Amino acid sequence: MNALSVRGLTKTYRNGVQALKGVDLEVERGDFFALLGPNGAGKTTLIGIITSLVNKTAGEARVFGHDIDHELEAAKACIGIVPQELNFNMFETPYTIVVNQAGFYGIPRAVARQRAEKYLKQLQLWERRRGMSRGLSGGMKRRLMIARALVHEPRLLILDEPTAGVDIEIRRSMWEFLREINDRGTTIILTTHYLEEAESLCRNIAIINGGRIVERDGMSSLLRRLHVQTFVLNVREPLAAAPRLEGYVATVVDDHTLEIEVAKEENLNDIFARLSALGIEVLSMRNKVNRLEEIFMQLVEGRGPAGEGGRGAAAAAPAGAAGATPLRAGAPR
Amino acid sequence: MSSVVLPGAPPVNLNVVRWIGFQTIVIREYGRIIRIWGQTIVPSVVTATLYFVIFGSLIGRRVGAMGGFDYKLYIAPGLIMMSLITNSYGNVVASFFGAKFGKHVEEMLVSPLPNWVIVAGYATGGVVRGLLVGAAVTVVSLLFTHLQVQHPAVILAAGLLTSLIFALAGFLNALFAKNFDQVNWIPTFMLTPLTYFGGVFYSITLLPPWAQQVSYINPILHMVNAFRFGFLGVSDVSIGLAFALMAVAAAVLFAVAVALMNRGAGIRE
Repeated sequence: MNALSVRGLTKTYRNGVQALKGVDLEVERGDFFALLGPNGAGKTTLIGIITSLVNKTAGEARVFGHDIDHELEAAKACIGIVPQELNFNMFETPYTIVVNQAGFYGIPRAVARQRAEKYLKQLQLWERRRGMSRGLSGGMKRRLMIARALVHEPRLLILDEPTAGVDIEIRRSMWEFLREINDRGTTIILTTHYLEEAESLCRNIAIINGGRIVERDGMSSLLRRLHVQTFVLNVREPLAAAPRLEGYVATVVDDHTLEIEVAKEENLNDIFARLSALGIEVLSMRNKVNRLEEIFMQLVEGRGPAGEGGRGAAAAAPAGAAGATPLRAGAPR
Repeated sequence: MSSVVLPGAPPVNLNVVRWIGFQTIVIREYGRIIRIWGQTIVPSVVTATLYFVIFGSLIGRRVGAMGGFDYKLYIAPGLIMMSLITNSYGNVVASFFGAKFGKHVEEMLVSPLPNWVIVAGYATGGVVRGLLVGAAVTVVSLLFTHLQVQHPAVILAAGLLTSLIFALAGFLNALFAKNFDQVNWIPTFMLTPLTYFGGVFYSITLLPPWAQQVSYINPILHMVNAFRFGFLGVSDVSIGLAFALMAVAAAVLFAVAVALMNRGAGIRE
């Protein structure tokens, strides 16, 4: 039985905007699943329908087998949600917020207090449990929403950009925490603008664009389909012009920086050998963009997934579709 | 369906979830009332004191008897009822609209609580504040007059039903309100005039016949008189009709609030 099963889900808002155009999606139990898409692609609408914050127009959704049309209470009992926007009472304390949330899921108050302590400690908020929540830093507020989502120990945790605005150190520690949660059996669906985050954490991925799923694959399988990567090389001596490297596209970025596009079947040793023969000494090298970002941009721009597979190209939304704004990867590189 | 078995998880008794969820909403509302007591309890006590001093002691001396009772004694049940009405209404409209505005209403909307439990929880929170403030104003009235109690069950029933009705009305206001102005429209332009013309300060027997007939349309007149009947044993309206109206109004308002929540009016896209 899947943790989430969505069939033919459509949503047309009152203003006529068709946010979802027949979404089919399966997420296996225990999965760590990435749902990616540009702003306005339909991610939050999809999550809103699953969590009953948005009324669907048509289609069906099941959470651990519970149909949201007929067993909504049972379906919602399985879900914990960390929304994109802060949505807790800023005038309540973190402790009260978490304890009350447990109550909304039927957790007796004594147990709720224990759980609140457990999760507030795990998310390093215990020392701040008594102050008003509006006094927390941005990262703390995000962690509070994670603690709140976990207090009823959901079987499906949905995280809608949980690390937005969080510094790198805290983001990394949140990743570790989420991995542990997932290892203990909680299915996680993650939407994020940090594609490095999705690549690092998730085993499966769906990309949504213009209200349609344009790609659904395993993370490693999808990344294998990347046809070309661009490497940025720092060189010791200043470059007057791009070196002639037959079979490769090389571009000079500045005096000491060179970009080279490399097909995935090419051997990097060959490039280094040629550069060495030309007297160019390479000091360091990095990938120009995150691999997932490369695929993502190809899919949402309707260019197909890197020349292979082609499923995404066929299903890609038309140019200019609602929310076709390119997603910007803010991942540290 | 009262119980479901989540695959691979212990069974969840949805009735237990609903009951604990309801308690949680009420506890949270009570906590809010107590936390901001300066906004929730004190103003009505101050207002009632001023009414007693100005209308009861100063002007009341010249008014003489009303309905066969000392004027201060006559207006005391009405003032208690007025504070109960405004506070029950005000609590829910402020709390639920605040939850909508701050988006923390989503905490409940994503939970397994059915909408009728959410409505019942907020309405009970309004009743709690109405009764707390009503009790405080009763204490104030004892400083100015010797309040009688003729029918305690009538007082309790009328107080509870009125509080419930206005708590539910406040919920509906909050559901439809899109900004803070709209939170204040109904109390300012409907609730206050209806309360003042609802027999709080006078017996409708003082009015000309046509005005008496118009007054009978005002639901607050029936509530105030039922409440006053509990204290003084006199009423301008039929007590049976007053309770029938209150029961129907409470049931209809609850049903409408739940139906609107189920449709997602004002809370879901």
